[in-house]
Amino acid sequence: MTSNLWKYAAPQAFYPLAGRLAPWFLALAVALAATGLYIGLFVAPTDFQQGDSYRIIFVHVPAAWMSMFMYVVMASWCAVGLILNTRLSFMMALALAPTGAMFTFIALWSGSLWGKPTWGAWWVWDARLTSELILLFLYIGFMALHAAIDDVRRADRAAALLALVGVVNVPIIYFSVKWWNTLHQGASVSLARAPSMAATMLVGMLIMSLAAWMYAIAASLYRVRSVILEREAHADWVRQLPEASA
Amino acid sequence: MSWDNPQAFFAMGGYAIYVWGSYGLAAVCIALELWLLRRRRRTLLLAIGRTSGGGGPA
Repeated sequence: MTSNLWKYAAPQAFYPLAGRLAPWFLALAVALAATGLYIGLFVAPTDFQQGDSYRIIFVHVPAAWMSMFMYVVMASWCAVGLILNTRLSFMMALALAPTGAMFTFIALWSGSLWGKPTWGAWWVWDARLTSELILLFLYIGFMALHAAIDDVRRADRAAALLALVGVVNVPIIYFSVKWWNTLHQGASVSLARAPSMAATMLVGMLIMSLAAWMYAIAASLYRVRSVILEREAHADWVRQLPEASA
Repeated sequence: MSWDNPQAFFAMGGYAIYVWGSYGLAAVCIALELWLLRRRRRTLLLAIGRTSGGGGPA
């Protein structure tokens, strides 16, 4: 069993597996997003305080959660790569970064569009917003550093180190609304107590989060296939791929 | 159902630009990412096909 799974640590074995799995995750993401959007836009009632502006939550919270979660996953792959020296781990980290950055950008953008009608400002330098902006710079820094170093193995290790140092930012984002007196509201959903929102709103938000999660997996699997092809372009197995001999 | 008519749905209680601005950007980002992923793969496969000496082993 264990030895069976280890075989997928080889890029050559993971490439076809990722290709088989990705469409399923994408299909799951589409189905979940359709359900979540229906609940969020048609079933969930108008909020008595915020009116319909609160519906931004169905984009904002899933994107913000994924932005943090993907960073942790990316940093974990970096740690695995540094410790075990597995090539595929670094490729996974590299495949996660653009999608993580995209979700960070969506979270910031939708947050800004939510902040204007609710707080009266597109942007404030509060702890939550600032640390999320730093997260975007960490993703961009990771990709830029990797791209700037020609030797792939050195690039992997340098970028991995940056990712690992940057991981301290994630708990800062998460707990910022507790540690500082921020304009951003506290968590509406936590493991410690019942959520402070209507059931349909919560269900819509959770389904949209699952959709974002499945999409992130699908996009990363599609991207890691390209990363593998780029790095193994001269290997015999790549040249013998049916799709490569066009 | 929380809307009386399609106009009310698109108006979003007066918050249309904020709500649709968020959903729209997310949709554009995802569409763009999927397109870039597809383009990257196609470009790569073309390059590999070219260097593997036309046709390549079956």
